Amino acid sequence: MTQDIPGTVMFDGEQARKGYALNRMCYSFNSAENRAAFLKDEEAYCRKFGLTPEQRAAVKNRNVLAMIAAGGNVYYLAKLAGIFGLNVQDIGAQQTGTTVDAFKEKLAAAGR
Amino acid sequence: MARIIGGVATTHVPSIGKAIAEKKQNDPYWKPFFKGFDYVHYWLAREKPDIAVVFSNDHGLNFFLDKMPTFAVGAASEYRNEDEGWGIPVSRAIAGDPALSWHIINNLVADEFDVTMCQEMLIDHAVTIPMALMWPGEKWTVKIVPISINTVQHPLPSLKRCLNLGRSVGRAIATYPENLRVMIVGTGGLSHQLDGKRAGFINKEFDQLCMDKLAAEPETLTRYSIHDFVEEAGAQGVEFLNWMAMRGALTGQVREVHRNYHIPISNTAAATVVLENREEAERKAA
Repeated sequence: MTQDIPGTVMFDGEQARKGYALNRMCYSFNSAENRAAFLKDEEAYCRKFGLTPEQRAAVKNRNVLAMIAAGGNVYYLAKLAGIFGLNVQDIGAQQTGTTVDAFKEKLAAAGR
Repeated sequence: MARIIGGVATTHVPSIGKAIAEKKQNDPYWKPFFKGFDYVHYWLAREKPDIAVVFSNDHGLNFFLDKMPTFAVGAASEYRNEDEGWGIPVSRAIAGDPALSWHIINNLVADEFDVTMCQEMLIDHAVTIPMALMWPGEKWTVKIVPISINTVQHPLPSLKRCLNLGRSVGRAIATYPENLRVMIVGTGGLSHQLDGKRAGFINKEFDQLCMDKLAAEPETLTRYSIHDFVEEAGAQGVEFLNWMAMRGALTGQVREVHRNYHIPISNTAAATVVLENREEAERKAA
C-alpha cells in the first residue's frame, strides 16, 4: 500500500498476508529445537512452512531486502538472522550495501 | 487509595540484556547509557513503588501475526520470559497483581477500550530489560501489570489513542481502593529503523522534540499520524506509543526530573526519562 517513505516498507495487511509463511517459520525459531532442525535440513524446514519460491530464494541467499520484499517483518527475520549469529548492525549493513564498520560509524555520526 | 507516583520511560534494545549478562556496564560503549540509571535507582529507592504498570510491545514471543491484539492487558499472577531466538539470556519471572489487572481491565472496557484480556502472557525483552535496568540483579521489588500495545502490524493505534488509553488506566488506578504506590513504565524507542534501505535511520532533533513535549504538552504530539511518525522516528521509532500511554496514565501535575539521551545503542537512539506525578491533593498540601 503506502510506500512513500523512501527505503521503508510499512508492514501493513498486504505485507502481512504476503509474508505469512516466512514470518511463521521465523516465529518458530523461538525454540532451540526448531533452530537446530532448520540448520540440519534447511530445505525440508522451509518446505514444511510452505515458503513461496520468492521467500525460499531470499532465505537461501540470506538476502534481507528480498525477505522484506517477500513480506518478511524484521522482528521475525531477526530470529532467523540470530541463527547465523548476525545482529541488527550486520543486517543493517547488508540492507544498506555497506560494511558493518561503516554502518556503525553512520549510527555514531547521528549522535554528533 | 492507590497513588500514581510517576513514570519511567526507557529504551529496551535486546543487546542491553547481553551487556548486562557480560557485565559491560562500564565499557566506554555502554557507560553513557547505563549511567543514566543512577538517578532512576535513587528515585526508585526514594519513591518505593509497589506496582509497575508496564506499557510495551511484544516482538514475537507472546503474540504472532495469527492473532494480533491492538491492546492486551496481562491478568496473571506471574509472568515468564522465554527464549526469544536471538541469544539473550532468559530473565527470571516477575510477579503479577491479578486483582489490580482486572480492576484496570474492567475500567478500560467501561471506558470503551475493548482490550484483550490475558490470563497467560509471556513477557519479552521489552518488559524484562527495563525491569533489569531499574532493578539490577533482577531483584524486583514490585509486581507488574503488563499492557501490550501493537507496534508491529499496521494499522497501529494513533498517538492520541495511546495517550487516552494511558489516561483511562490512570483513572482506573486512582479509584483502586488498595493503598499502593504505583509507577508507570513505557518502553522502547526512541528513533530507530532496523529494516529496509533506510536501516540505521536516527533523528536526534525529533527525539528531543518528543521528550521536550512529553511532560507538559503531550497533546501536541498527537498531531503526528503514524505515517508521519514512521517518517520522523523510523519504522521502529513508533514504539514511542508506549511512552505516550505511560504519560497518559500520569493524571496529576507532571514534570520531568531526569533525562538521559545517547546515540547509539545498537541501532537505536537510547533514552531514559523519569517523570514525577503530583496529585491534586498533594499540590494543595504543598
